[in-house]
Amino acid sequence: MAVIAEPVAAQIKRSSLWTRAFESRNFLGAMFMVPAIAILILFLAYPLALGFWLGMTDTKIGGVGRFIGFQNFVSLSKDSVFWLSVFNTIFYTVFASIVKFAVGLYLALLLNERLPFKSMVRAIVLLPFVVPTVLSAIAFWWIYDSQFSIISWVLIKAGLLTHYIDFLGDPWNARWSVVLANIWRGVPFVAITLLAGLQTISPSLYEAANLDGATNMQRFRHITLPMLSPIIAVVMTFSVLMTFTDFQLIYTITRGGPINATHLMATLSFQRAITGGNLGEGAAISNAMIPFLVAAILLSFFGLQRSRWQQGGRD
Amino acid sequence: MTTVDDQSVGMDYLESFPRKFLRVYLPLGLIILFLLFPFYWMAVTTFKPDAEMYDYEKYNPFLIAHPTLEHIKKLFFDTDYPLWMWNTVIVSVSSTFISLFASVCAAYAIERLRYKGSRYVGLAIFLGYLVPPSILFIPLAAIVFQLGLFDGNLALILTYPTFLIPFCTWLLMGYFRTIPYELEECALIDGATRLQILVKITLPLSLPGVISAGIFAFTLSWNEFIYALTFISSSENKTIPVGAITELVNGDVYHWGALMAAALTGSVPVVILYSFFVEYYVSAMTGAVKE
Repeated sequence: MAVIAEPVAAQIKRSSLWTRAFESRNFLGAMFMVPAIAILILFLAYPLALGFWLGMTDTKIGGVGRFIGFQNFVSLSKDSVFWLSVFNTIFYTVFASIVKFAVGLYLALLLNERLPFKSMVRAIVLLPFVVPTVLSAIAFWWIYDSQFSIISWVLIKAGLLTHYIDFLGDPWNARWSVVLANIWRGVPFVAITLLAGLQTISPSLYEAANLDGATNMQRFRHITLPMLSPIIAVVMTFSVLMTFTDFQLIYTITRGGPINATHLMATLSFQRAITGGNLGEGAAISNAMIPFLVAAILLSFFGLQRSRWQQGGRD
Repeated sequence: MTTVDDQSVGMDYLESFPRKFLRVYLPLGLIILFLLFPFYWMAVTTFKPDAEMYDYEKYNPFLIAHPTLEHIKKLFFDTDYPLWMWNTVIVSVSSTFISLFASVCAAYAIERLRYKGSRYVGLAIFLGYLVPPSILFIPLAAIVFQLGLFDGNLALILTYPTFLIPFCTWLLMGYFRTIPYELEECALIDGATRLQILVKITLPLSLPGVISAGIFAFTLSWNEFIYALTFISSSENKTIPVGAITELVNGDVYHWGALMAAALTGSVPVVILYSFFVEYYVSAMTGAVKE
C-alpha cells in the first residue's frame, strides 16, 4: 500500500506555543488522559486512601470520626464473629475455586471437541455469567427453600431422603449451598477463557505427539497443561479475587446467616458499616481483606512466572 | 496469535459414536443441565399460579398446569419495577458511554502517543482493575454523601466507571496495538492531527474492540449490586437487582412469584443483547484476561 505524500514546500512557520504544545506527545498524551484519570483519581484512588484512613477512625454515619489508630483492628481481633467471617471467606474461596477450576477445565476440554452446534453450546454455557448475579441468586434462594426446595423434592421422590433438607438453616448446609451457587456462577467464566486458551495451542504439537505414540493422558499432561498454564494463572487469579470479595450471592441467599455462619468479610463489613452505621469499623474489615488479596495476586503472578520459566527450560 | 478453529486431535473420526457419547456428550449434557436448571426453574415459577407453586403433591412441580401472567402483572403494576428498570437503563447506558469515551482517549494515548511514563500509567490502570468494589464501597459512600449525590442516579453513573474504565482501557489497548503504525504515519504526513487520526483511522479499524468493550461494560453495569445497594435508599431510585431484593420481600413474606418474575424480566434484556453480540462479548471477556 503506497500512499505518497505530496511534496510540500518546507514552509514551516514559527508556530505559536499553543500549536507546538498540541504537537508534543507528552502534552497531547496528558490531555487525552484527563477524563479517565480524573474519574479514577476521584472515585478510585481517593476512596482507596480514604478507606485506609476511615479504618483508623471511629466514624459513624452522619458524624465526624476521630483518629483512634489501630483500635478497630484490636477490637476486631477479639471479635469471634470477625474471625468466623475470615474462616468462612477462606473456606468459600478455597472450595469454590478448586471446583470451579476443575469443572471449568473439564468443560473447556469438552467444548474443544468436534461438536454439532458448537457456537450455540458455547453461548448457552456462558449464560450464568451474563445474567445479573443477584437475580440468579434469587433463583437459588428459591431452590434452597426449606419447604419447597425442588432438590429435596426430587431426592425424596427418588427414595434417597425421607424429609426436606434445611439448606439455609443449618450452618454447614448453608456454607455448602452458597459454595455451590458460586460454582454455578463461576464455571462459565473459567471454561470460556480456558477454551480460548486451548484454541491457541497449535494442532501440530498434538500431531507430533500422536506420531510419537502419546496417549490421551500424556498429551494432556505434557502439551495442554504446560501450554495453558499462563492463562490458567490469570484466570484463577481473577476467579480467586472475585470469590474472595464476593458480596452479592451471600447477601441475596443468606444475608450472612444462619447465626453468621456464611458471613464473608465483605458482607460483614457491609453489615457493620452501612446497616450498623459504624463506617470506621466496616472500613477496618475491608482493609483486613487487602493483605489476602495482595497475597493471592502475588502468588498467582509468581506462579505464572515460574511456569513460563519451566516451559522454556524443559523440552 | 493464531486461532485454530478446530484442534481436536488427529484420529478423532475413528471414534465410535457410543464411545464419544459417553466421553463427550453425556458429561457435557449434564453440565449444561446444571447450568441451565436455575433459569428453567425461574421461568417455571414465574408463570405458575400460587396454588400450584406451593402444592407439590397435586401438581408436578416441573410443569405448569395453568400458566398465568398474574405475577408479571403484579410486578409491573403494583410495584415500582418499571421505575427500577428505567433507572437501570439510564445508569447502564450513561456509565457505559462515559467509560467508553474516557477509555478510548486513554488507551489511544497510552498505546499510540507513548508519552513519557505511559507504560507505568497503563500498569496502574490495570491494577485499578484488580481493586474490588467490596473494599471501595464504604469510603465511596462517604464521598457520595459529601458530594450530595446520595440517593440519585448520578451517584451510580459517576461511580460505575471506576470498574469499567480500567477494563475498557485495558481491552482497547490490546485492539489499538493490532493496528499497523504505518497507517497513522501516512495520515500524519498528509497533515492529519492526532484527533483526526483517532476518529477517522484508529476508531473505525478497532470498532469490534469498541463494541466488545461497550457490550461488556453495559452488562457489568446492569449487573452491579453493591454500589447501588449502598448509595440508593428510596424505592423509586433503585435499580432492578436492588429493588428486587429489598422491596419484594415484606418481612418474612416472600413473594416468590413476583421475585422470580423480576429475576426473569430483569435478565431478559441482557440476555437478548448478549445473544446478538455473543462473539464480541466472548472476545471482550477472553481478550481482557489474555493480555
